[in-house]
Amino acid sequence: MNTRSQVLLWGAQRASAMLLAVCVLVHLITIIYAVRHGLSAAEILGRTRGSVAWGLFYATFVAAVAVHAPIGVRNILAEIGWRGRGVDVLMFVLALTLAMWGLRAVWAVVS
Amino acid sequence: MNTLKVKIWRGAESGQFQEYEVPRLESQTVLDVVTYVQRRLDPSLAYRFACRVGVCGSCAMSVNGVSRWTCRTHVDKVAKGDTLEIAPLRNLPVIRDLATDMREFFDKWAKARGRFTGAQTRKDEFAEVKPESKQRKAVDAAIECIGCGVCYSSCEVVTWKPDYLGPAALSRAWTLANDVRDVAQKERLAAVAGDAGCHSCHTHLNCTERCPKGISPTAGIAGLKRLVLAATLKGDL
Repeated sequence: MNTRSQVLLWGAQRASAMLLAVCVLVHLITIIYAVRHGLSAAEILGRTRGSVAWGLFYATFVAAVAVHAPIGVRNILAEIGWRGRGVDVLMFVLALTLAMWGLRAVWAVVS
Repeated sequence: MNTLKVKIWRGAESGQFQEYEVPRLESQTVLDVVTYVQRRLDPSLAYRFACRVGVCGSCAMSVNGVSRWTCRTHVDKVAKGDTLEIAPLRNLPVIRDLATDMREFFDKWAKARGRFTGAQTRKDEFAEVKPESKQRKAVDAAIECIGCGVCYSSCEVVTWKPDYLGPAALSRAWTLANDVRDVAQKERLAAVAGDAGCHSCHTHLNCTERCPKGISPTAGIAGLKRLVLAATLKGDL
């Protein structure tokens, strides 16, 4: 991978980290709200189904995870000696997998 | 007279600690201890020093697991009871005993383009650099590095990624990146970017904590990260 791409990956990881900080906070507040108000799964689904706002929020959350995690794993692998094109391809596959699983879950609660 | 039990690394990459008994004196430095061993107990001990007063940066070693200048380290401050363990710097090949091969360390300064590149001749006027300017202040904060290798030895990222340029070379590059007279800025930013460069720094701050000159290479590396990202987004890299 060329230097320019390495720098852009670093930038993408920092930018996704900023997004994740906000997303995790909102997600935690949502969980605490749901638990404290004793919301059932059906009640939660009742609020999320058809909601464009929740759909966009969790789709953003998933996108940030799909960008952030594989870059971090790539860095960790580099530090234990696993580097090269093979690892980069594997990380791209990991990014796609995370995005697919995550978006599938988002679709399940908003559709 | 009180004695100090000193374990000193003997050998190269493979070797073992050997124990010596050294008289404990007032205001004794770790370098005094090593010198005593070499001059009185075992003349075959290899180590490196020159100025003895914190100017040359050649006597750095690992003392009780922490990289330090031995000439400016008092035994009283670092001895655990009556014991000292003295080893060569980490992250560098050991030539023999306490002497490391510093070539890799200085080669990385060259790789990071740690050399000033000017465009003016002696016939030009002096460049005017205002002491209160932001860039000059950034240079001042890091310019006193004497290349002792303490930061490099303390850096975990160098241990994990042997091709990582390391805090000293990157801090040097940061001083030049802020030198308004230098004309090789793009080339330097390209040299310090990416996986083997500034973007590998984990901000552990080991280098900043251990630098005997009070420099913060971490801050310089963070500055380089910003400069490199900005250059990349502008399409200059």
